[in-house]
Order: sequence, then structure tokens, then C-alpha cells
Amino acid sequence: MQKSFVMRNPSTLVFLAALAMFTILVTVLAEGSGAGVISTSFVKTLGKTLCLALAAVAMDLVWGYAGILSLGHFAFFGLGGYMIGMWLMYERTRGIVEASLAEAQIPPTAQEVVDAIGNQIFGVVGSSEFPIVWSFSDSLAIQLALVVLVPGALAAVFGWLAFRSRVTGVYLSILTQAMTLALALHLFQNDSGLRGNNGLSGLQNLPGMTHVPQATISIWFFWGSALALGLGYLFASWIVFGKFGSVIRGIRDDEARVRFLGYPVETYKLFLFTVTAMIAGIAGALYYPQAGIVNPAEVAPIASIYLAVWVAIGGRGRLYGAVIGAIFVSLVSSWFTGGQVPDVNLGFYTIKWVDWWLIVLGLSFVAVTLFAPKGIGGLVDLWADRKSPDRHGADLGPSEGSLQEKEAVE
Amino acid sequence: MSALLEVSGVSVSFDGFKAINNLSFSIGSAELRAIIGPNGAGKTTFMDIITGKTRPDEGRVVWGDLSRSLLDMSEAKIAQAGIGRKFQKPTVFEDQTVEENLVMALKNKRGPFSALFYKRSADDMTRVGELAEEINLSDRLRFKAGELSHGQKQWLEIGMLLAQDPQLLLVDEPAAGMTPSEREHTTALLVEAAKTCAVVVVEHDMEFVRRLNCRVTVLHEGAVLTEGSLDHVTSNQEVIDVYLGR
Repeated sequence: MQKSFVMRNPSTLVFLAALAMFTILVTVLAEGSGAGVISTSFVKTLGKTLCLALAAVAMDLVWGYAGILSLGHFAFFGLGGYMIGMWLMYERTRGIVEASLAEAQIPPTAQEVVDAIGNQIFGVVGSSEFPIVWSFSDSLAIQLALVVLVPGALAAVFGWLAFRSRVTGVYLSILTQAMTLALALHLFQNDSGLRGNNGLSGLQNLPGMTHVPQATISIWFFWGSALALGLGYLFASWIVFGKFGSVIRGIRDDEARVRFLGYPVETYKLFLFTVTAMIAGIAGALYYPQAGIVNPAEVAPIASIYLAVWVAIGGRGRLYGAVIGAIFVSLVSSWFTGGQVPDVNLGFYTIKWVDWWLIVLGLSFVAVTLFAPKGIGGLVDLWADRKSPDRHGADLGPSEGSLQEKEAVE
Repeated sequence: MSALLEVSGVSVSFDGFKAINNLSFSIGSAELRAIIGPNGAGKTTFMDIITGKTRPDEGRVVWGDLSRSLLDMSEAKIAQAGIGRKFQKPTVFEDQTVEENLVMALKNKRGPFSALFYKRSADDMTRVGELAEEINLSDRLRFKAGELSHGQKQWLEIGMLLAQDPQLLLVDEPAAGMTPSEREHTTALLVEAAKTCAVVVVEHDMEFVRRLNCRVTVLHEGAVLTEGSLDHVTSNQEVIDVYLGR
């Protein structure tokens, strides 16, 4: 008799319970709704961290389970941010423009309002025309749909080209890296229509919500991020749990064998690549309103590499590992780079952690890869005493008592 | 009797080296056939061509009642059409349980959405149970495939082939590295399978081939040297010269 999905996935249940407890705890302690122990800016940091964890779950699906080392998933994350950012910026500017034009003696025409908004938004890049990509920026519904559709479409086109040509391994990683770089370079241009290196800013202000203090808005976004992470985690564990999970893990371990079983390997990869790009897009759309600004530097190749580092340190091939890695590394990272760690004075040299943090991160990445390939999540195995056979990549030769080669030749 | 698979006039060369040279071969449904030949005779390339891994330079490969050409089908499509292949080195998914390996191989729809919404039906699980029985792994269903012994992995792979419900099985050196008793069981498995589908076995071990008790095709330098019963081919002077005599 089959047990229910949740019963056979105790780790999912534990994770969701922990996430719910964490959300309640932060809400109670937060400035906006409770005791005021946690400052608004730290609530935002925690909310952003949950979004990063969701992106890491997507990365783990595509890398840890299917073995596709994508170094481009942060591009999808950034695109999600841009899509929601366009609406936020448009609507907020409209509010300001309408307020200022309302004082004029002749009521402005609709066209005048739009022109004024364009002038406000694109003044920094020496333009006032709305580029074509902003066509739907006045519609929240459409921009929300674009949060998943644009990253999904980019991933689908890119994936279709790459997987169809059977590009795998390191070559695929380099291609994804090139895609991210190309996107970042495009966005850096002033005439890309997305305000060049200025990016989209002021995203923390929700249009029509000017009376609500940031302390409250930060809690809303924190809840939203927690909900998205919870649902994303549930969805991901459903994906990897059944036969689909079997097939993608098979693709990771021996692609040719899966093909000879009759599975269209390329279709599976494309499906997973696209779906995870969409998840990353959603995560980005929740992240950037909390960060307040999205600019092309966010999409730079290094960001996607960070994503891989988080998953590796947390433990790939297990979803909670990705979450642990993202939360742990990004929080420790903001602690170190925030200048809160005291400098170490060695007499002849002072170690400033702001400068040295990247070295520490790099070394720990190398150390995890070499000495603890299961990452932090591997500690759970120690506790659960779960063992896996250590035969991977080893000689598959005859076991004890089986026919030896020299007997076979006779 | 019409042939299930008909390969005619196939040639393929790698960097000028003719791996397969004007090879013709055919097999009927429910037939057991052994292929022997010295190293480099083109046995593996022959299987690669049938399963779509290698495209031949010339020739035809025609499959089934509808006489479809396999040459413009992808590996996955060929496998779905009913051709299963077992590699020389046992390739099972070591990180997954025996049961998961078998369920993955079961003949079901192969698309991503079918896999996402797949539910283990009672029929499927009965079939998995039967297969496990057949390959002597009933008590190992919950074990990871990586924990099995070499011989058991070979059986699991044969079991995965049978789960696909194929019409043609291509089996590369199934008995390599097995104990004598394991080989006997393997022989029985293959002979049993050949009652319902065509089975092509590539093997070096003459004793094993003798036990299969079937028609034998001898390959040499990418072409068929001779074909017939084992006694017939082993008494052939050419075969003795190029293969047995060494």
C-alpha cells in the first residue's frame, strides 16, 4: 500500500514546520508588528535571504538532481526583478506626476501624464520616450505574468538550442555563463530601455501604499517570501520525489543509459531548465522590492557562481541542503562584508574582513568540494546514519568469488 | 517468415578505418542469436548502429512489420520502438533502489509530464515483482543498485531490458565477470526471453555460447564471415584462422 506523499517525505514536513516557526518568530519580534527586537532593515535582509534560498532550490533541482551546472540562473532571478520593477516604478512615478500636475490650472491630458512619467523615469539616460519593453508596465497583472514568462522564454530558447546540440558538462556551464554576461552587458547599455547602469530604483515604495510604513511593508514581503519558499520547496520535492525525479537523477548519473531506456533526455532537461528559470524569476520578483533597486550588476556572472557555491556548500542533491547553504552563506557573507567583524591585527598586517571575506568563501568552497562533497546537509546523514554505497566511479569489476578474467579466457 | 530487423549493405568508417564493411544481417522475431568475433570485428559498432548511436555512411536498417527505417530515428525513439540494449559494463543507476530502476524501465509513456504525474499502479508493481523474481532480486528491491554484486547488477540490467517489453534485445557480454552458477541463471534468462522476443547476444566465451544453443554469426573486419550452428562455424577453416586459432 502506498503511503501519502508527505509521509514518505518527512524532511519536507520538517522543513515546512521550521519555516513556519521561523516566520512566526520573526513576525513577533519585528519592529513593524511586534516587540521591535528585529529592525526593519534586518527583516528585509531575512526576507531577501528567503528569496535567495528559493533560487538555490531551483539551482539544486537543475544541478544537484539533473547534473546541469547552470551558471546562469541568477540572470533569470534578475529578470524577474526587472519585470516587477517596471510596474513598481511606473505606478509610483505616475502617482508623483499626477500629484504635481493636479496643481496646474488646466487638467493634464492622459498623453501629458504619460510623457511626464517617461521624462521622470528616463531622464537619467537622456531620453523621455517609453521603449517598447515598457509597453505593459502600467498593468500589474501583465507584469506579474512576465515575471515567469520572460525568464521562462529565455530559458526555453537558450535550453532548446544548447540541449538539442547535446552540449553538456563544462561546455554547457560556459555557455550559460556567456548568456548571463551577454544579458548583463545588454542591460548596461543606456538604450537597452531599462535605464542602463542606473537600473530600476525606489522599488521599496509600493504604489498607493505611501501611508503604510516600511516596517509593515517589510513584514508583508517577508511573509510573501516565506510563502513562496514554502510552496517552491513543496513543488520541488514533488518533482524529485516520483518517477520524474528518478529519470533526472538517472540523467545526472548516466545520460546515455536513460536515452537507451527510451526517455527523451533533451526534453527532460529543457523542461527542468525552463521550470527552474521560472522559479528563479519569482524569487527575484520578491527579492528586489525588498532590496529597493535592481541594476545590471545583479545579473553579472559572479552572482550565478555564488548561487552554485551556496548549493555546493549546503549540499547538492538534497533540497534542504540548498536552503541551508543559501541562508548560511549569504547571512555570514553580509555579516563579514557589513564591517561588523572586528579586524585582526597581526602587527605587521591587519586583516580587514571586508577585503578578505571572498578569500575565506573561496577557500571554504574548495574545502567543501574536496573534503565534504555532501556539504552541510551531509551532517544530517551522520545523525540519521544513512549510508550510501561508495562505488561511484570505482571499478565495477567482479565481486568476490565471481569468475576472474583469466578463467574466462581459457 | 519476415524478418524483424534487417540490416543490409551497411558500412561505416572512422577516420578512414572501415569499422563496418558492407554488413548484412537479419533476425526474425523470437529468435536467439549469438554474435562472436575477434576484437575489433565491429560487434559494438554494429549495436551502435542499430540503436542509433552511430549513423552509418551507407546501407539500410529496416525494422518491424511496417518496415520502418531506423536511420532517421533518435536513440530514444528507437528504444521506444522496442529495441533494448545492455552494455558490456553493467550500467544501472547505482544511486537508486532496484525497485526505482525497474519502475523507470517499465514500458510506460516516456514524456516529462507522464513521468511527473506517474502513479505506481498495482499492475506495474506486480510486473516489477515478477521481474524481480525472474532476476533473483526479490529480496533486494529496497536496496540501492550500487550495493549489488557485479553479477546482480548484470541481472538487474537484463531485468530493466525485459521491463521495457522489447521486441529485440541486444546484449553485450552478459556473462562477463560472473560465477559459473550466475552464468547458468543468465543463460536461462536469455533463453526464456528469446521465447517472446528476438535476442542478440555478443559474447566471447564459447562455453556460454554453446549453452545458448542457437544460431551463431561470426563477424570479422566489419563483415559477416559465416553463419550457422556453433559446430558448423567452429569447424569452418576461416573462422579457425581469424578467431579460434589465436
